[in-house]
Amino acid sequence: MNWWTPQVEATLIAMVQAVVILLAVVVSGALLSMIERRLLALWQDRYGPNRVGPFGLLQIAADMLKIFFKEDWIPPFADRTFFVLAPAIAMASLLLSFMVIPITPGWGVADLNIGILFFFAMAGINVYAVLFAGWASGNKYALLGALRASAQTLSYEVFMGLAVMGIVAMTGSFNMRDIVNAQENVWFIVPQFFGFCTFVIAGIAVTHRHPFDQPEAEQELADGYHIEYSGMKWGMFFVGEYIGIVLISALLVTLFFGGWHGPLLPPIVWFLLKTVFFVILFVLLRAALPRPRYDKVMSFGWKVCLPLTLVNLLITGAMILLIDPGV
Amino acid sequence: MTAADDSQNESATTFSATHAAGQPDVVAELARQFGEAAFTPQTTLTAMPVIWVAREQLRDVLGFLRRVTGPFSMLFDLSAVDERLRTHRRGLPPSDFTVFYQLLSVERNADLMIKVALHERDLSLPSISDIFVNANWYEREVFDLFGIDFAGHPHLTRIMMPPTWTGHPLRKDYSARATEFDPYTLTVKGQEVEQEALRFDPAAWGMKREGEETEFMFLNLGPNHPSAHGAFRIVLQLDGEEVVDCVPDIGYHHRGAEKMAERQSWHSFIPYTDRIDYTGGVMNNLPYVLAVEKLAGITVTDRAKTIRVMMAEMFRINSHLLFLGTYLQDLGAMTPVFFTFTDRQKAYEVIEAITGFRMHPAWYRIGGTAHDLPKGWDKLVQGFVDWMPKRLAEYEKAMMDNAIVRDRTRFVAAFDTQQALDWGVTGPNLRATGLDFDLRKKRPYSGYENFDFEVPTAVNGDAFDRGMLRIEEMRQSVRILQQCIDHMPAGDYKADHPLTTPPPREKMLQHIETLITHFLQVSWGPVLPAAESMQMIEATKGINSYYLTSDGSTMSYRTRIRTPSFPHLQQIPAVMRGGFVPDLIAHLGSIDFVMADVDR
Repeated sequence: MNWWTPQVEATLIAMVQAVVILLAVVVSGALLSMIERRLLALWQDRYGPNRVGPFGLLQIAADMLKIFFKEDWIPPFADRTFFVLAPAIAMASLLLSFMVIPITPGWGVADLNIGILFFFAMAGINVYAVLFAGWASGNKYALLGALRASAQTLSYEVFMGLAVMGIVAMTGSFNMRDIVNAQENVWFIVPQFFGFCTFVIAGIAVTHRHPFDQPEAEQELADGYHIEYSGMKWGMFFVGEYIGIVLISALLVTLFFGGWHGPLLPPIVWFLLKTVFFVILFVLLRAALPRPRYDKVMSFGWKVCLPLTLVNLLITGAMILLIDPGV
Repeated sequence: MTAADDSQNESATTFSATHAAGQPDVVAELARQFGEAAFTPQTTLTAMPVIWVAREQLRDVLGFLRRVTGPFSMLFDLSAVDERLRTHRRGLPPSDFTVFYQLLSVERNADLMIKVALHERDLSLPSISDIFVNANWYEREVFDLFGIDFAGHPHLTRIMMPPTWTGHPLRKDYSARATEFDPYTLTVKGQEVEQEALRFDPAAWGMKREGEETEFMFLNLGPNHPSAHGAFRIVLQLDGEEVVDCVPDIGYHHRGAEKMAERQSWHSFIPYTDRIDYTGGVMNNLPYVLAVEKLAGITVTDRAKTIRVMMAEMFRINSHLLFLGTYLQDLGAMTPVFFTFTDRQKAYEVIEAITGFRMHPAWYRIGGTAHDLPKGWDKLVQGFVDWMPKRLAEYEKAMMDNAIVRDRTRFVAAFDTQQALDWGVTGPNLRATGLDFDLRKKRPYSGYENFDFEVPTAVNGDAFDRGMLRIEEMRQSVRILQQCIDHMPAGDYKADHPLTTPPPREKMLQHIETLITHFLQVSWGPVLPAAESMQMIEATKGINSYYLTSDGSTMSYRTRIRTPSFPHLQQIPAVMRGGFVPDLIAHLGSIDFVMADVDR
């Protein structure tokens, strides 16, 4: 048994952890489809899916069955390669981002020194999913959706990155674990309130969730970039969107709400509780708000959010220098 | 016949006494301008002057009427009648096809109908689409359904029927029943031909494919699109997301209601009217039965009138609630529609208890209503009246005060009163421009003069005003409902008249004469005296009118249904040029149209 070294043990544990986290994320993404419908129904004076299984919990099984057996149609006028590639990118890029999220002191997939930058890279790649889908579908609505998506994501990613630079400056590290540890006493929501505001907005925009769902805007573009998709390919976009919600919620918790920190309860419970809170917030936003006009969303990004993040960064820098001029 | 003649004279007197009071008589003005000999007057039950004009003078006369003091600034309706089989035409100029133009003057609060006689071998008229812009679609409709040519029309093509159609359905020699045709078949090849015929050709509409620096995108919005509110197609010429121009395409919901009216008895056509504006329920029955009652000479009891008003207002609220939910949904707010549907369910509970049906009760009858109010109706209606105000306040606070809603709708697709009149816009969309033209006040029918309510107006005539105005209208309708509960007159719900259809049941079981009448009316249908009558009402979406021509038979000779949504859609390009796609969606939501009401 001399091959059973501590390194092997550590590798195995890491692998198991990675698989468990992957499964948990995918399952929660899928479950969200049902949870969102139930939550919306709650706020909309109706029941939602409550027929399959207790409290409609098995609705997800029914939906999965349906989606697996649906005809997986590729339009004859579509560009096959990119048409197939798009949903894969949509789901994979967001799934990979979970790698950098420290869930508890002992749990997490990778402890990258460039943690937060890795997420931005993945979010950047995610734009290609929408672009490819819109272009390869050979449909005008899809194209318009893709145009909106690329313009919106590009604009919002600019200050999404800047929004967290305040945190990076305060922590002195891109590493997510360092960031969480730095919040043991004060959560970053307090010193970085404006950073938080802009990050939330950018986060919603990057996941194309309501009210920033311009690329799909059902009433205008009749579902936009995924209009030609059906079956499992459409399902991957769909689950990808929910994974995006979970990811942004988890990031908000990690960056601004002290990650796993919290009194009494074990770290994992705190992390989950906080994440669920933000997920619910996402759904509530969708139930509550109308959709602003596309060009207003863009000008809001450039004219309000970007200056705000820059001012926030400036003040953060000034404060750091004031408190500890020796750095 | 004498009875009908009497009532015709009576009606003519009433007209000059009420509507034209204080205003110069338009017929006399026309006679001064063009000479007495230019016109042939016709006595009708339409409560407006009807004059025949020679084809050569038509454009001059219409141009004059548009400029005269107290101008007739709205072309309210334009259609035609195939007169070739009409027997009762004594005193009228010889005509195979008659095209009629109904003009409306807001200043005079009066109407005028101009008729032009055409011979079947020379079916051509000068187009008036340069005098009245909204004549464009009406002339296309007449061309499509009657085969009458309009010289000088900018784009005279079919509008209701598919471009590949042969024949003109509203002609008398065109069969109305499927059994009179060969069985319908559609092969794959045929389908391709039909689809190809619908392909949009920008050149045919005088549109360029390329601008100075850009190539335009032509986007088919509909006939299958979530925000098209039914089978409606609008082709957009886009520069980026800016709408350079657009072409609405209608007719996908056409089912020939006017043709059906010529093959149904006066009584059995009532259910068809329900389906014209399918969100308006019994409101649709109202102009039809009122017009029929004018032909029959029936005076309806006060109770029947008030019941009709109550149910019509119930449906006005119901329709406006549907509008509000979908309007906000088109702006991207997904929740309100569920709340307004909860309210609509409450309304339907009342409607169902009273009429026995929900969407299409077909509940009004010639001479009254189908039943009396059930026991306990007042508690039901009161429950609804108590429920609504706080809900309306909630919608206003949660949505109309919302910054995003305001941002999406304020100054979007705005037009002023003059533009509205030019395009034939009526109802809440007209009142949103600031003009308080509401027929319930201006020309009360069915006892609206007895009710205390206000006519809300707005200022900007934009998508926001059109939404707010309807919330206010619902409040006023709730007031009317309350007055109905408090002051419902006692008495019969049906008029005691031989042409009341079906006759009062109690009498039918007692008198052999009434039993015979009942039998005839049910099996054959009531026979109405030959005359022409017309009734306009303030329906849910604007002014809806039925212009009936009776040839002394069990069926209508010609039923012209003027619906408000038709001109509202025709106006879209005029207000949307230069807007963005999301503005177009906001505008479509704010018009409040249903395609059944457009295409009939």
